Amino acid sequence: MQWLRKDLLGLEELSREEIEFILQTAESFKEVTTREIKKVPALRGKTVVNLFYEPSTRTRVSFEIAAKRLSADVINIAAESSSVRKGETLIDTGRNIEALKIDIIVMRNNYSGAAAMLARHVKASVVNAGDGWHEHPTQALLDIFTLKEKLGGIEGLNVSIVGDIAHSRVARSNIWGLVKLGAKVTVCAPKILIPPAIEEMGARVTHDIDEALKKSDAVNVLRMQFERDEQNAFPKQLEYFKTYGITKERLSKAKKGIIVMHPGPINRGIEIASDVADGENSVILEQVTNGIAIRMAVLFLVSQANENIKHEDTD
Amino acid sequence: MCSLMKEKAKILDKDAVTRTLMRIAHEILEKNKGTEQLCLIGIRNRGAYLAKRLAQCIEKIEGEPVAVGILDITLYRDDLTLASSSPVVHKTEIDFDIEDKNVVLVDDVLYTGRTVRSAMDALMDLGRPKSIQLAVLVDRGHRELPIRADFAGKNIPTAQNETVEVRLEETDGKDEVVIVEKG
Repeated sequence: MQWLRKDLLGLEELSREEIEFILQTAESFKEVTTREIKKVPALRGKTVVNLFYEPSTRTRVSFEIAAKRLSADVINIAAESSSVRKGETLIDTGRNIEALKIDIIVMRNNYSGAAAMLARHVKASVVNAGDGWHEHPTQALLDIFTLKEKLGGIEGLNVSIVGDIAHSRVARSNIWGLVKLGAKVTVCAPKILIPPAIEEMGARVTHDIDEALKKSDAVNVLRMQFERDEQNAFPKQLEYFKTYGITKERLSKAKKGIIVMHPGPINRGIEIASDVADGENSVILEQVTNGIAIRMAVLFLVSQANENIKHEDTD
Repeated sequence: MCSLMKEKAKILDKDAVTRTLMRIAHEILEKNKGTEQLCLIGIRNRGAYLAKRLAQCIEKIEGEPVAVGILDITLYRDDLTLASSSPVVHKTEIDFDIEDKNVVLVDDVLYTGRTVRSAMDALMDLGRPKSIQLAVLVDRGHRELPIRADFAGKNIPTAQNETVEVRLEETDGKDEVVIVEKG
């Protein structure tokens, strides 16, 4: 198969084959990250801009390392310090970035669909690093990559996603990706944190955490985003930990060998107990490591596809 | 594209491929005075299989195993920004240290020399070998870089509109080398 998209905007529009192709390419890049010289010249002469309208350290740093290991030049723009403050629109920002001869824009934005809109207006590749509540494709890809590495495959797996599903782009991207690859996905949260129509994406809903864990090969624990609780309607932290927190005791009743994932940053004692986060079921830090391989693969593939598009245009 | 290709001549058949590899194995051993510090690294895709076969030949001759690795050079290609079809990135599999080793790079066809240039860059990023030598099954000429083979199975003068196809049991179901003409 050949990768033809100049952008990576989400997993919803990707086919199973495309997702598997990214995962396969990432395996090759993971080997690069184990070398003494962790760098290849594949994107030499290319420039990547990290355009972040929301605070992020781990995703931005992960993209930055990925780009540098491909020998690309990287520029970071944080919205706080940019002309967004002066009222420039996203499309104008994109066009200005393009006028600087940038090849790839990695963007995080608080509006759902922002990455897709930018991608339509610029010739540069756009990689979505999280748009509102919509998608965070590279996070889901690294979660799936880690799962596949641990359990050998995705087909037929039972995966639970626990926590604030309603506000989570990580959950949405994970559901799209996992369902396409043949996993059974269960989402588990208090009613107020389950969005409407989530079943239409192919996920099963439960409010019983112990029931979810009993059947799951893996559980993806989401951070409780209390900062989004404008109406003060979320369960309180301690209450949430009691009813949904992943503890040693809960894990002892779960399926044997269950894998515990978390996209970070973790809130110890709120959605996950400390001894679980650091325990033998946890692959949280491996996810971070795998994130670099996934992002190297994505940057490489969109860049290659865009080169081909440019050449077709000139032919 | 395949329909426009015309098979022009068979250069090597199965037995000739086997004999050629055995001869190259002898030459490698002669030049390196045995298997000490020696390793073979095949360039994906067919070079990897040829390296494995050469290692078997060497073991048959010397009674000593020799380390074999596989190198993927996709990320080092100088035509990445030109490539009209996106190449698929595969894994490099070299599970030994190449530091101070005599590395024999193995590929099926030596043509422009650009693949070998990429392979040498990739190797240098993995360590500092004592020497790098080059073994190919076929040298078809038309070099664009100052690169030559230390061990060549067969020199085949070709025209630019011809290609040399090395077919191997492992990848194509049978061993043979043919010249094909682009129509």
